[in-house]
Order: sequence, then C-alpha cells, then structure tokens
Amino acid sequence: MAKHHVMTTINGNATEFLCETRQTMLDVLRDELHMTGTKEGCGSGDCGACSVTVDGRLVCACLMLGVEAGGKTIRTIEGMAEGGHLHVLQRKFLEHAALQCGICTPGFLVAARSLLEGNPDPTDEEVRYWLAGNLCRCTGYQKIIEAVQDAAREMRGA
Amino acid sequence: MRGHDKGVKMSEVRYEAPATASAAVALLAGASGPARVLAGGSDLLIQMRPRLHGPQHDVQLLVDLKGIAELTALTEEKGGYRIGAAMACMALVENAAFIKMWPGVTDAVKLIGSIQIKGRASVGGNVCNASPAADSVPALIAAGAVASVLGPAGRRDIAVEDIAAAPGKNILAKGEIVTSFLLPKRAPRSGDAYLRFTPRTEMDIAVVGVAVNLTLDDKGVCSAARIGLGAVAERVLLVPSAAATLIGTKVDEAALTKLAAAISAACRPIDDKRGTIAFRTKVAGVLARRAALIALARAQGGH
Repeated sequence: MAKHHVMTTINGNATEFLCETRQTMLDVLRDELHMTGTKEGCGSGDCGACSVTVDGRLVCACLMLGVEAGGKTIRTIEGMAEGGHLHVLQRKFLEHAALQCGICTPGFLVAARSLLEGNPDPTDEEVRYWLAGNLCRCTGYQKIIEAVQDAAREMRGA
Repeated sequence: MRGHDKGVKMSEVRYEAPATASAAVALLAGASGPARVLAGGSDLLIQMRPRLHGPQHDVQLLVDLKGIAELTALTEEKGGYRIGAAMACMALVENAAFIKMWPGVTDAVKLIGSIQIKGRASVGGNVCNASPAADSVPALIAAGAVASVLGPAGRRDIAVEDIAAAPGKNILAKGEIVTSFLLPKRAPRSGDAYLRFTPRTEMDIAVVGVAVNLTLDDKGVCSAARIGLGAVAERVLLVPSAAATLIGTKVDEAALTKLAAAISAACRPIDDKRGTIAFRTKVAGVLARRAALIALARAQGGH
C-alpha cells in the first residue's frame, strides 16, 4: 500500500512526510522527522512524555496517527526555545531543579505552556490537575509545580 | 506503531477521512474486512497496538470521523444541546453555556482521563466503547440523552442507556455510526450531578459512578428524576426504581435513605482488584445520596 503523503505545520514550519497508517504522530516525529525531543514513555496515553499541541490542544502524540496531522498546526518541545533563548518555563525548570533524568521534562514543559496560555495565574491545585497526565518518577512533583508557578509569575510580569 | 512485542505481523490499514456522515456509513457498510471508526482514537489506537499475547484487534479499514462537520459541532437545538459524537471532550467542557445547563454532565466528562486524553477523546467514543465504567455515560443517561444513529437503512434515535450491550460491545449494526447526542431542554429548577469513587482523584477508572438528574416543582418537591449507575453491572444502568424514591419528595433524609437502598439493590457488580462486590454495592448508595444533594442544590440554585 502506498504511504500517505502528509503536509502539516510543525513549530511554524511547513513540513511534509510520508507515513503508513499505523504510524503514530510520535513515530513520525521521532523516526521520520528525527525530532527526538518528544519522548516515548508508555505509548498508551498514561504518562504524557509525548505531549504536543495540535491546533492549540494538548494531546499525546502516541494516541494520534501521523496521517491525522494533515493540515494541522503542531507544536513540539523543539519549538519552545527561540534561538539560543530558553523559554521562561525551561529556565525556571533549570533554576528550580525541576528535573532529574529528564525523560518527562519535554512533556511537562509543553503541557505547562499549554496551561499558562489559557490560564496565566493558576492556583497550585489547578497546576496539579492540569499536569496530572504527566508522570515524573524522579522529582516528586513539588519542584515542577514551583517552577511552573515561578514561570507564571514572570510571564505575568509580576 | 510501536509495540512492546515487535515483530508481530500486522495487516496494512486503509485510512479514509470522509467529509460527510453518509460517506462514512457507505465506507463502513461496504467494508469487506474488519473496519473501525476513528474519533479521538484514545481507546482504538491502544487496541490496535501489536502484541503477541492477548486479543489482537485486526483492523483493515479506519474511517476517521473528525472531518465531518456534524460530528464535531456543539449546537443548541430545541432549547437543549446537540453534541457531535466525535468532538473532543475538552471542546465540550470549555463551553460556558453548556457547563451552566449541564454541570453534572460536565463534571463527568472532565473526569475522562488527563487533559491530553480529553484533547482527543470524544463523548461518542466513551459511549460506543461500552465500558461499564465510562464516566460520561451515567451522566448522559441521567440527562436523558438520545443518540442519533445513521446507518445504511437510514437514521434512528437510540437512548444512551440502550447502546451498550456488554463490556466492550454495543448494539450498533454494521455500517451504523452515532453522529450526535441530543440533551433535552431543561425544565426550570433542574440540576444534575455525577460522582465517582476512585482511589486517586485523577487518571483513574471508576470503581462506582452515579449520576442524578432531578427537577423540582415550584414548591420544592421533586417532580422528575433520572439516575444513571456505572461500574456495577455489565453496562451502565438507568435505575427507575431509584428515581422513584425521589419523585414526590423534597429529597429529604427519608428519601435519601430509600434512594441509597434502591441504588444498592440495583448493583450487580463483579469482584476485582479495584473493588469487591460488597464495597461497590455499599459505596454506590453513598455516592447516590451525595450526588442527589448536589443535584438538589443546583436545582434550587435555579438555572
């Protein structure tokens, strides 16, 4: 069977790729486009390591087919820093030591950005509920919550 | 698709994304091999993962419904709401007017998986996958939601409580798809609520789920009620005997005691690692009481 020819936009760049129906968006990002910042944890939508946004909505790339990306606008961790300048969230994760092994970090950053774009001043509880779909087995979460809140404060100019 | 058991031989899958519901029906009805509809995909893609052990879901045709306008829209109709069966749960629970009219349905949909899952998962998928523990289903049943089903023989309406047959099995015929759910217009002084028991507050599967939807008359007496009960039978149940304990009362302590007993009597759960028969039966009654009080407060709040 012929592969699908998919035209999409990733991190602002018009992108095209070939994929088979069974390939997930995560497979396409990592294996076809060699954008390995998006991680595979569970492959079943439980851990959030493969979080990306599709037309502004936070999703797990492992639960979306590559062929579904046609005509969509996708944002991944690779588009977060601008040139050499880290995004505020990235900088705050470093300052607060909100990561250890780092596998979950791209997913947390993409998910946290998605939260703050819709809710610039969340409560700790709102941050925890929003990030409930992102698992971290190293930090115990507290530093992640602190980093997100510190970033939110800076982004609000507070 | 990555799999823990690589090397499993997989059949090729044809992917179609029709622009109309009738085109989707034609594709499904004409399929010679196993065909599945793709809405959010949050259950389907996991079922399609290759594995050496356990049931293998062979799929040769995927019909993506998300390009069909009527399946992804939320529209006001006859004073109520029509929910597109394939619309993302997040899109539904971000709609302020819908939340105000159906706070219990909203609470239930919000409990489906993580933000990421809700960014893809659909109400139609939650209903049609026919899990007894599906969170949106008790609330939809209590709300009196009716599914609009399109198939090769035309369109028919099916009450949500009649769609599931058994765990993972629904009553839809070959080629039939649910296109939308109609939630009826609200009478004055109506309120709904959904509560579930889970060990965790997020990212968990209901051990028991109960939804109560009730209407009060101008004297504060319950004039109508519907109750949906999840995770304690082979499918989510509508429990008229429990609703009858509230109707004609002011939802007072005596009525709530009868409600809890009627709900527990309707339970026919399994024992599993998430809950025993005795636990589920008891907790169902407790949750019904609490959900009824929330629904009552919302009805008295008047919207």
